[in-house]
Amino acid sequence: MTPKPKLEARQLHFFYGTFAALKGINLAVPAGTITAIIGPSGCGKSTLLRVFNRMNEIIPDVHLSGDVLLEGVSIYQDGLASTTLRKRVGMVFQRPNPFPLSIFENVAYGPRIHGLARGDSLRRLVEESLQATHLWDEVKDRLSQSALSLLPEQQQRLCISRLLAVQPEVLLLDEPCSALDPAATQQIEELMRELTARYTLVIVTHNMQQAARVSEFTAYMLLGELAEFGKTAELFTNPRDPRTEEYITGRFG
Amino acid sequence: MRWVERCIETTIRASAFTVILALVLIFVFIGKEALPILTSPSVRQEASLRQLFGTIVWQPVSTVPQYGLLPLLLGTLKVTVIALLVGGPLALSAALFTSEFAPPWVREVLKPSVELLAGIPSVVLGFFALMVLASWLQSVFGWTYRLNAVNAGIALAFAVIPIVYTVAEDALTSVPRSYREGSIAMGADAWQTAWRVVVPAAFPGIFAACVLGFGRAIGETMIVLMASGNAPIFSAALTDSARSLSATIAAELGEVVVGSAPYHVLFLIGSLLFVLTFLTNLAGHWFVTRLREKLEGR
Ligand SMILES: Nc1ncnc2c1ncn2[C@@H]1O[C@H](COP(=O)(O)OP(=O)(O)O)[C@@H](O)[C@H]1O
Ligand SMILES: [Mg+2]
Repeated sequence: MTPKPKLEARQLHFFYGTFAALKGINLAVPAGTITAIIGPSGCGKSTLLRVFNRMNEIIPDVHLSGDVLLEGVSIYQDGLASTTLRKRVGMVFQRPNPFPLSIFENVAYGPRIHGLARGDSLRRLVEESLQATHLWDEVKDRLSQSALSLLPEQQQRLCISRLLAVQPEVLLLDEPCSALDPAATQQIEELMRELTARYTLVIVTHNMQQAARVSEFTAYMLLGELAEFGKTAELFTNPRDPRTEEYITGRFG
Repeated sequence: MRWVERCIETTIRASAFTVILALVLIFVFIGKEALPILTSPSVRQEASLRQLFGTIVWQPVSTVPQYGLLPLLLGTLKVTVIALLVGGPLALSAALFTSEFAPPWVREVLKPSVELLAGIPSVVLGFFALMVLASWLQSVFGWTYRLNAVNAGIALAFAVIPIVYTVAEDALTSVPRSYREGSIAMGADAWQTAWRVVVPAAFPGIFAACVLGFGRAIGETMIVLMASGNAPIFSAALTDSARSLSATIAAELGEVVVGSAPYHVLFLIGSLLFVLTFLTNLAGHWFVTRLREKLEGR
C-alpha cells in the first residue's frame, strides 16, 4: 500500500515562453521514500523538480497552470513565501556548487539565514549535518578551509550537508552523481538510502541502474508527460506502457 | 603565410614591451631629476631632507623659501580619503544594485550612464565643483573657506565612482550563477544571497576596484587644483583649504627655473606620487591574489 503523498502535482502544465515543457502532470510523491524521475534528456525532469520548490520562478518569462501540493497545501497559492517553501523543500544540483566560503560557513549558511541556531548550538548543528553525510571525519580538522578545496564527491556531500542543516522535509536531487566517478556515486547512493529514514527524496537520474538501485518509486517521463509511475520493481520488470518498456530495455540492453 | 603570423606576433610583442619601456623611462627621467635632492650639495643646502619631510611650511617663492612637503602630503591624504569615503560606498552599492537587484532595463540604462561619467573631462568636474558645488556646500554648512578639502573630495568622488563601479560590477556579475541558485534553493532571499554569497565571492574584485579608485584619486590633478582652494595648510580640519601633491606640480612646474632647488623638489614630488601609486597597486595585487587563493582553497 502506498504511503500518503508528501508532494503532489495536479494537472501541472509549465511553459518556457510558449514552449510547453510539462503537459498535464499528475504525480503523488510518497512520504519517506526515494522517488526516481527517469526519461530521455529534455523530457522535463529538471523542470518538474524545479517546479517543486519554485526555483522555476527565477527564470524570466515562464508560467504555470495546475497546482503543486505540499502535504495537501498548495505551494503556488498566495501567502506561502517562496523562502519558507524552499526551506522545507531543498535542492541539490547536478554540479556540486558549494559557496566559495569555508567548509564551516557553507553548512552554517542555512541555519544563519533562517535564524535556526547560533554559537554552540550552531556548531553542533554543523557537526551533525556533516556527520549525516559521513563528511565530518574527513573535514573536522579543516573546517576553516575553503570548501572549493574539497574533492568533487566531497563537495557534493557538503552540498547535501548544507541542505540538511536547514532541517528540510524534502530533498530534490537533480542528477547528483553525474559529475562523479563510480566509487563516489556509490557513496552518494548509500547516503541517499540512509536519508530516507528522515526525509522524502526525489532524484532525477539518467542512469537506469541507479534508479533501480536506490528508488522505491519511479516516474518515467517522455516529452513533458508522465508516461508511467509506479513501484520501481514493478516498473522495471513489468512496465504497463510499451514506451516505458522500450526505453528501459534500450537502456539496459 | 607563416611569416605574416610571425610579423603580427612580433608587432604585438613589441607593443607590449614599448609600454613597459615607456613606463620605466618615465620613472628613470623623473627619478633622475629628483636625484639632486640627495646628491647636489647646493640643492641639499636649500632643501634638505629634514626640511622636506620634517617641516610644515610650503613656500617655495619667498625671500627665505621653505619646502615642507607635509602639508601637501596631508592635503593629498585628506582629499583622497574623502573622495574614497564618498565615492566608494556610492559606487559599490550602485554596482551591487545593478548586478543583483536591478531589472534588466534599468541595468541597461544604469551601467552605460555611470561609465559615461568616466568620459567627463576632469576640468569640467573641477569647474562644476568650483562654481556650483562649493557655493552650495557653503550655503548649507556655512564653512569659513568656500574652497576646501571636502569640496575637492566630493568632486573627486565623481572621478573615482566610474572606475570603482565598473570594476566592482564586473566582479559581481562574473560570480557564477550556480552560487546564487544554491543560496536561493535553500530559502535565502535576494538580499541574503547578494550580501552573504555574491559579495564574499566577488570580494577580491571589489577590493581591486577600490585600489584602482585610490590610484585614480591620488593622481587626479585638475579637480583638486580647482576645487580645494589650493592653500598648503597643515591642519587636520577637513573644512580648511588644502593642496595636493599633484596640484602643486601642475601649478608650479611651469614657473620654476630649470635646475633650481624647487625644480628638483617638484620632481621629488612626482617620484613620490609614482612610488605611492606603484606600491598601492603592488600591495593591492598581492592581497587580491592571496584572497583568490584562499577563496579557491589552493
Ligand atoms: N530556461 C529555459 N528556457 C527555455 N527552455 C528551457 C529552459 N530550461 C529547459 N528548457 C527546455 O525545456 C525542456 C525540458 O528541459 P529539462 O527540464 O531541463 O529536461 P531534462 O532535465 O529532462 O533533460 C527542454 O526541451 C529544454 O530545452
Ligand atoms: Mg536535467
